Amino acid sequence: MAKNSVGQTFGVALLLCVVCSVLVSGAAVTLRPTQEANKLLDKKQNILMAAGLAGETGTVDELFENIQTRIVDLETGEYVDDLDAETYDFIDAATDPTLGVAIAEDQDRAGIKRRARSVPVYLVQKKGQVDKVILPIYGKGLWSTLYGFVALDRDDLSTIRSLLFYEHGETPGLGGEVDNPSWKGLWNGKQAYGSDGSVRIQVVRGAVDASAPGSEHRVDGLSGATITARGVHNMLQYWLSEGGYKNYLDRLRAQTQGEA
Amino acid sequence: MGKARDTLLGPIFDENPIALQILGICSALAVTTKLDTAVTMCLAVIFVCTMSNGAVSLIRKFIPTNIRIIVQMTIIASLVIIVDQFLRAYAFGISKQLSVFVGLIITNCIIMGRAEAFAMKEGVGMSLLDGIGNGLGYSLILLVVGVLRELFGSGKLFGVEILPLANVGGWYVPNGLMLLPPSAFFIIGGFIWVLRSFKTEQIEEED
Repeated sequence: MAKNSVGQTFGVALLLCVVCSVLVSGAAVTLRPTQEANKLLDKKQNILMAAGLAGETGTVDELFENIQTRIVDLETGEYVDDLDAETYDFIDAATDPTLGVAIAEDQDRAGIKRRARSVPVYLVQKKGQVDKVILPIYGKGLWSTLYGFVALDRDDLSTIRSLLFYEHGETPGLGGEVDNPSWKGLWNGKQAYGSDGSVRIQVVRGAVDASAPGSEHRVDGLSGATITARGVHNMLQYWLSEGGYKNYLDRLRAQTQGEA
Repeated sequence: MGKARDTLLGPIFDENPIALQILGICSALAVTTKLDTAVTMCLAVIFVCTMSNGAVSLIRKFIPTNIRIIVQMTIIASLVIIVDQFLRAYAFGISKQLSVFVGLIITNCIIMGRAEAFAMKEGVGMSLLDGIGNGLGYSLILLVVGVLRELFGSGKLFGVEILPLANVGGWYVPNGLMLLPPSAFFIIGGFIWVLRSFKTEQIEEED
């Protein structure tokens, strides 16, 4: 058959596609377990980073012993014990008809449409006491969904200790600057809630005047990344409200006052 | 033997794909702020360039002329995906930093250029050598740029402190420009200038 005949053209194309797809899928399948293990380790590392424990000596698993994972029913704010914290994936659960629940359109500020009924939270222990509460958050940015954690101080459950994203696909150098350490540093000490208990934290345009009233609720946005910054703003507004962790945080707060 | 040596070593100085042909600049800007990402990228490109040259050369007599570009792209893309999967499994931290740039090896003109210009005409052995050579030529530039950028941008090499930084009590004030993409342009420009001062035959004629 001639090299440029129709038959040969299709034959070569078909054969090449088969060989390449076998190679690609073979690599993807055989390497998946290692990749999954890496992802889990990376997630733990990110939780440790949100907890401010990442710099300490010890392996990830050792350090992770300081962190207690509990699963919270967002509706009631109570802990649930019938889900295994090791394997439960609340992002997958969001699309499950029984484990997930649809978010009303006018409340869906994070742009995620559905959320899981129950979500894991991470309690950071320090000297036998819970020091910080780490809450997973996610929501739409410009191109992608950003997945991250916000850590709140256990004492007042309003002071933000850190905010970081462990997975996103925003533009490197623009929206990707959510990973910039100095920007992440701006969050430490900001107040998520106002004195009336409403969600007050916001990402604003331009530098925050530290002396102006209300500056404890404001964080400087990212230049060239208006939509990503707005996404971060919206997802915090959503996850800290009644649709998110507010019921749980209120219950924790009531518990502390009960003890005092 | 002379031809094999020329094929392997020629692309390093005499016909450097970045310095002479000005190809593959994009990743040279993007991944060279740190040496560890630059080295990973170099290895990935050497692997992909060698294997794609080898594979294209192996089947060059069967590739129909009118779909040859698509065939080359398919081979290159498959190789790049395999490299990406391997990095995710065994070098997770670095693959996260390289993010999209591993995938962008597919569009690196050097690899496609060598497949089309060399591997379609030459035997498998020569094509493999040409692939390694061009990968090395690309790597040379990336490493030079990476060393300069990491050393002067953050005072480190491979993450090990070389120049103590002023903000942690040392004396070196890092040059922030080095961490931004334009600095790679300046360095590559400087490299080409030095190279062409020694190898004057590379200087282009004026129009």
